[in-house]
Amino acid sequence: MRLFKIILGVAVVGFLGFLGIKEIISDPVYFLELFLGGLTRGSIYALIALGYTMVYGIIQLINFAHGEIYMIGAMTALIVASVLGLWGWNSAVIVILAFVFAIVYSCAYGFTVEKIAYKPLRTAPRLSALISAIGMSLFLQNYVMLAQTSEYMPFESLIPDFQFWEPFSHIITAVEMTIIVTTIIVMILLGILIKFTKIGKAMRATAQDKIMASLVGINVNRVISTTFVVGSATAAIGGVLIACHVGQINFMIGFMAGLKAFIAAVLGGIGSIPGAVLGSLVLGISESLFTGYFWSEYEDVFAFTILVIILIFRPSGILGRDTTSKV
Amino acid sequence: MVTKKEIKQSFFIGLWFMVLTFPIMVIKVNTIKHIVIFRWSNLFWVGIVGFFASLVWNYFLRMKEEKKKADTKDDIPLIHRLLQNERFRIPFLTALAVFFLIYPFVFPMYHTSIMISALVYVMLGLGLNIVVGLAGLLDLGYVAFYAVGAYTYALLNLHFGISFWFVLPISAVFGFIAGTMLGYPVLRLKGDYLAIVTLGFGEIIRIVLENWDDFSNGPRGIGNIPAPSFFGHQFGQHNSVIYIYFIVTALVLMTIFFVGRLENSRIGRAWIALRDDEIACQAMGIDKFKTKLTAFALGATWASIGGVVFAAKTSFINPMSFTIWESITILCVVVIGGMGSAIGVIAGALVLILLPEYLRAVAEYRMLVFGALQVIVMVFKPEGLIQGVRKIYKFKKVKE
Repeated sequence: MRLFKIILGVAVVGFLGFLGIKEIISDPVYFLELFLGGLTRGSIYALIALGYTMVYGIIQLINFAHGEIYMIGAMTALIVASVLGLWGWNSAVIVILAFVFAIVYSCAYGFTVEKIAYKPLRTAPRLSALISAIGMSLFLQNYVMLAQTSEYMPFESLIPDFQFWEPFSHIITAVEMTIIVTTIIVMILLGILIKFTKIGKAMRATAQDKIMASLVGINVNRVISTTFVVGSATAAIGGVLIACHVGQINFMIGFMAGLKAFIAAVLGGIGSIPGAVLGSLVLGISESLFTGYFWSEYEDVFAFTILVIILIFRPSGILGRDTTSKV
Repeated sequence: MVTKKEIKQSFFIGLWFMVLTFPIMVIKVNTIKHIVIFRWSNLFWVGIVGFFASLVWNYFLRMKEEKKKADTKDDIPLIHRLLQNERFRIPFLTALAVFFLIYPFVFPMYHTSIMISALVYVMLGLGLNIVVGLAGLLDLGYVAFYAVGAYTYALLNLHFGISFWFVLPISAVFGFIAGTMLGYPVLRLKGDYLAIVTLGFGEIIRIVLENWDDFSNGPRGIGNIPAPSFFGHQFGQHNSVIYIYFIVTALVLMTIFFVGRLENSRIGRAWIALRDDEIACQAMGIDKFKTKLTAFALGATWASIGGVVFAAKTSFINPMSFTIWESITILCVVVIGGMGSAIGVIAGALVLILLPEYLRAVAEYRMLVFGALQVIVMVFKPEGLIQGVRKIYKFKKVKE
């Protein structure tokens, strides 16, 4: 069985590689565009996937409402930016304030959602918590739809077209570059937070064993709240960036983005932070290449197919560790 | 009952919600016309609602804790006790039967047609109840099988002119096959992975139906689907609605009968046991995979039959009827009604589908309320509105 899997894998990769090299040689610029587009897309997925994977690592729950947190981040930024824009504020101040408000509000929503929908179900069966999460996601979507609008709202890009970037902008736009750079910075900061700070240590301990962590004096509830807050903050950054990139948002954007990010997290190995980043980049780039060379209508089908294949052949993902169920 | 501390806490929670919802509830921007409207009155209402919601929430949480401490035996819901009572049961069921029998003749066609869709949901709910309630497999792509049924009827009728009554069993078989085919690769996965993968499959089927023009006519859908005939006799529009109503009622009765029998059969008990503890089940020699697969396939069968009825009733289908929201609505019916409880699911479907139809003014809040109800039910009453009862063998004392 193992040998069969390896042969199958090599055959598939070889076939795709052969096709790919042929295509790349025939039109390298098109390939580069697709590749960088995929990198941008993957960076956004990574920002959202981090929240999923961190929460899953600690309480083994798929936070279905995470995509909605991302949507609320984008929505808040849009509202703040338009209000301040009408008041005639300086555009640099608007960018900073929009980001700050988006992050603060997303964190607040993430915190509140955890307290309402997940904390009372900490000891309940996992199915209950999952259904509660789906309910929360449904609620938040409809709340934004009813309070704002169900139509697409145009989102004026907050990120200016930098002068110095002019020579390269035919390959990769300034917005895309900003997205990739921001993602890298966020990843580094997050890595520092988890590796070197006290709360990061507490998070790792809680992920390993909740009861043991509480025995050595870690406030588990606070660690879980912090995890939700940190995850929400990265999702909000992703939300604002993608809204700048796409140029329009509505109340539904969180759903698909959330699912894709979840797929990316599973692809990389859920619970593992480097895995989430790697999975997101792989998913983003392969999706971009797929839509560029094959059928663009079946983009979502492709992502789900990847998910199914990964879960069947390697459920622990690329970087995840195998776990066995114990009585 | 309510302490001063709780009031103070609720006050702050009300304030918190006012801050939290400020940008989205109060400010409304129109980015095309560049207008900003401030709706300050919303802020006030959010504060009031937040305050009282927090009081009630805390009260119920405390009640739940106390109940857990008191460790009362979970009492059987009223409706079950009434149904067990012989003197009540027969008149009640007779009244119910009479009500459903005369319903289409007493009420106008509009109401009959709404009742048909509610009854289709009863069928779907009972089907999904096998998968989610009994076997404990969270299936978020249930609507895919509903689509399989609807498209089976539409396409077979379009190309081969096969009538409703022949399609009904064919679609059941198709549903069963589709359930097995989708279940086979995915049922190795556990709980939450399964939910996402089934969701993915549901979306895949919808996207394929939308984009594969030659097969399904794409987003334009398929129209002119004939209503069922009565031994070759085609009814007029009004009578045909009544006819479909009776067909659905009969199908629902059949579903209730089958699902009830299944639940207490060997395989049904295996499902429940598997839901409660997988490892213990395997130790007892239950084939985990096969048992799950039967649950999945049987659930799909009912969804497929429901799809045929849906297509016959609306006479037009397109992929927009089979979105993820449909799956979530059916899931809400099962969860809010009571997972694993047939009566609960029936009541849930009737309430959740009929109420929004009649309360048109609040119909746009339907999904909002569904979402909130899902959270509330899971937090306070995970067994749903009407709890299912397990069949318990009671020993009768022998008089000496």
